[in-house]
This record gives sequence, structure tokens and C-alpha cells, in this order.
Amino acid sequence: MIARHTLFLTFVFSLIGLFATFSARGQESPYFVTYDHYLEEPGNLEVEYFSTFGVQHGGNDFHAFWAELEYGATAWWTTELYLDGQTTFGDSTLFTGVRWENRFRPLKHEHLINPVLYVEYVNKNGADKILREVEGHDVGSDFLTPNSVARKEHVHELEFKLILSSTFKGWNVSENMIAAKNLSNEPWEFGYTLGTSRPLKLAASAKRCSFCPQNFTAGIEMYGGLGDRHSFGLKDTSQYLAPVAAWNLPSGWTFHVSPGFGLNSNSHGFLLRWGLSYEIAGFGERVSHLFGRDR
Amino acid sequence: MKGCLAALCISATLAAWSALASQDVDKSAKSAKSSVYSEIEKAPEKARAKRNPFEQNPDAVAAGKNLFEQHCAECHGEAALGGKKAPSLRAVEVQSATPGAVFWILTNGVVRRGMPVWSKLPEPQRWQLVSYIKSLGVASSEAADVTKNP
Repeated sequence: MIARHTLFLTFVFSLIGLFATFSARGQESPYFVTYDHYLEEPGNLEVEYFSTFGVQHGGNDFHAFWAELEYGATAWWTTELYLDGQTTFGDSTLFTGVRWENRFRPLKHEHLINPVLYVEYVNKNGADKILREVEGHDVGSDFLTPNSVARKEHVHELEFKLILSSTFKGWNVSENMIAAKNLSNEPWEFGYTLGTSRPLKLAASAKRCSFCPQNFTAGIEMYGGLGDRHSFGLKDTSQYLAPVAAWNLPSGWTFHVSPGFGLNSNSHGFLLRWGLSYEIAGFGERVSHLFGRDR
Repeated sequence: MKGCLAALCISATLAAWSALASQDVDKSAKSAKSSVYSEIEKAPEKARAKRNPFEQNPDAVAAGKNLFEQHCAECHGEAALGGKKAPSLRAVEVQSATPGAVFWILTNGVVRRGMPVWSKLPEPQRWQLVSYIKSLGVASSEAADVTKNP
């Protein structure tokens, strides 16, 4: 099981290593689940690795992980590919699926509230545990099924989000409304996330530094399911509250961490998330050179 | 196995598509340059009239330079003279604009023409960037162009 996880990490860091000389410093959001309205800069590729360690009631704890390749197609369109996997302690390690996500910014200028439209196609198996979002009646006990059984269930899903986000005096406040449809004749499921964050200092230092307070962003997010089309509401759903923090290094790396706490008995008691991301500037242009498209 | 194949297909599609997309960036670069300058003129009067709160701050230019190198130089060039993807910031149009107008462009971007919104940088950092950009002055080549074609 270690070998599969190592393979996963090797893939992520090889990609970073290949283009590491072309870094750009992103001002990354600290959120793990919530989206704000900021898209990837055009032509840049952000390579990300995230982990979630979860405490499982009545079963084995798990470590879910995923890699993200986030590409700024234009200033109003970001597209993202996810590769998911998980290790359940005392069970096995397996890849659990692929996601393809697109975010579109419909408005030209900044407004008090900025909408972004999100569409994602998910092709995963039933052993997926990354908890990238919580929807419908997702509850902690769903993860008690052994991997060998859960992996046999295939899920094809379309997920839509309306992202609403505002930034005022350094504070970002974001709200995402989620609607997901399993394409196998399952009802629409709903969920939400709320997040707020702020850099520790708003003005930049005159010196280039790693530990300056403006490089740190902290906040909190809350997320959970809202039932489905037949039973909308909080009943039989799981809910979480999680402080979040990000450290943006001038070298292009960002480190994320978030301890999360379940708010009801349906939730996992504790989730510890962490992640690393690296932004590669001008990725699109460099790929076009590889394809011999120099002008 | 099917998942891996799907991932490979999507990755290949993305890679090929990104190559084409960046070609489009170049094709539109020339027209983008002139239209980005015209965007400055669209700044509302109230935004233009805003004063830079870092005007008298001796560290603002140095801080702005750091921010420029981290966020802007990739497209606008190390010396802000422009590149394939973005126009010169040392053009007369930019340097003669009010600090408030430059701040407005930074905040709102020119999204349809490739310039992202930079409101994710806190307001003081955007003003520090304005301080740095305005400190650069008009590039000599730009000034010569204006003398030839007033």
C-alpha cells in the first residue's frame, strides 16, 4: 500500500520538478473545500497534493489523498483534473477516481458579490474518501464498507456549484451552493460550504521574506450536506467546522493545513487535512513550445 | 484500469488543448495591447480620483517591486516593457493615468482580454504595486514614439 501512495507522490513531484524553474507566487486561498471567485492566472498550471486523515467511528481510520492539476485556460475559465486515492489502515490502498472540474467567471468586473459557475464530472468508485465536498446524506458510517466491496460500486456524477464570493478590507467571504446528480438515476443531492479568511497583514514588506505575516492567511470554513430532492434539510446529514491556514512562500510553494471537527454524530469526529501546491508560470506557452509552436 | 485510461486521455487532451490555447494568446496579443490601454479610460471618475495612500511611504516602491516580480513580471516583463501576453506598463497611457485609474485596472482586470482580476491581493498591496509602476516612468522608446507621432 505504501508503494501505491509513493507512486502517486512521485507523479506529483516529478511534474513539479520538470517545470520547477518557472515558478510564480500565487496568493493562494487557504480553503480546502470552499471556492472563492479567484481563478488561476491564464497559462499557469498549479500542481497540488492534498491529504485528509480521518478518524472513523467503529472502523479503521483512513488517509485519503488527491492530486490536482489546475490550469488557467483564460482569465475567466479555469480547468482542473483530480486524481484521487485512499489508504484505509488495516485494509488497503487504492486509486478511487478521476474528476474534471471547470470554473467560469461570467462577469467582467469586480462587484460586491462575485459569482463563479462550477461544473464537474466525477468518475469514482464507492471507496472514495477524500471528502472534497459533502452532499446529500453523506455520513461517516458510509466509510465502514471494506475497500474490496466499496471499490465495486462505480459512480458517475455531475456536480454543479454556484460560488459567491466577496473581498472587503482584506476579508474574503465565500459561499458555495452545491447540487450533484449521480447519473445512475439517483436523486439530486445538495450541500453547501461557507468560508471566511484574511491575510495576517495586508501591506507587503519591502523585503522579500518567507516568514512575513502577509504570507500567511488564516480563516475558517463550514460545510455539510443538505439532503436530496426527496428530503431536503439538515436531517441525517453530516456537518463540519474547520479552521484553515495557508503559508504562501515567495518561491512559489504554498503549504495548507486544516484541522476539521464533526458537528454532529453523523460526521467524522476529526479530520486533519494538509496540502502542498506549486504554481508553474507560463505552463501553456512552454507546452506549446514542446509541440513546436514557436513563433 | 478504466480510471487510469480516462485520466491519461483527459491529461493528453488538456496538454494538447493548452498548446492551442497559448497560441491564441499570442494571436490576440497585439489587439489586446491597444484594448488594455483603452480600458484605463473606462475607469469611473470616482476611481480615478482616488489618491494613493502609500504616496508618501518610502518603502512602498520597494514592496511594490517585490509584488511586481512575483505576480506581474511573468506577463509584463521584468522591466515592465511588455511581453507576448501583456502590454508595456511604461507606455504613456499607463504612466499618464492617475494612480486611481491604475488601481482600478488592477482590481478589476481586463478579464475578457487575458488580464486577471488582482483583488485577491489586499488593497494596500495593490496600492504598493501602483507606487512601483508609477515610479518606473515612460520608457525612452515609448517617449520617442510619442514625439514621432504626437
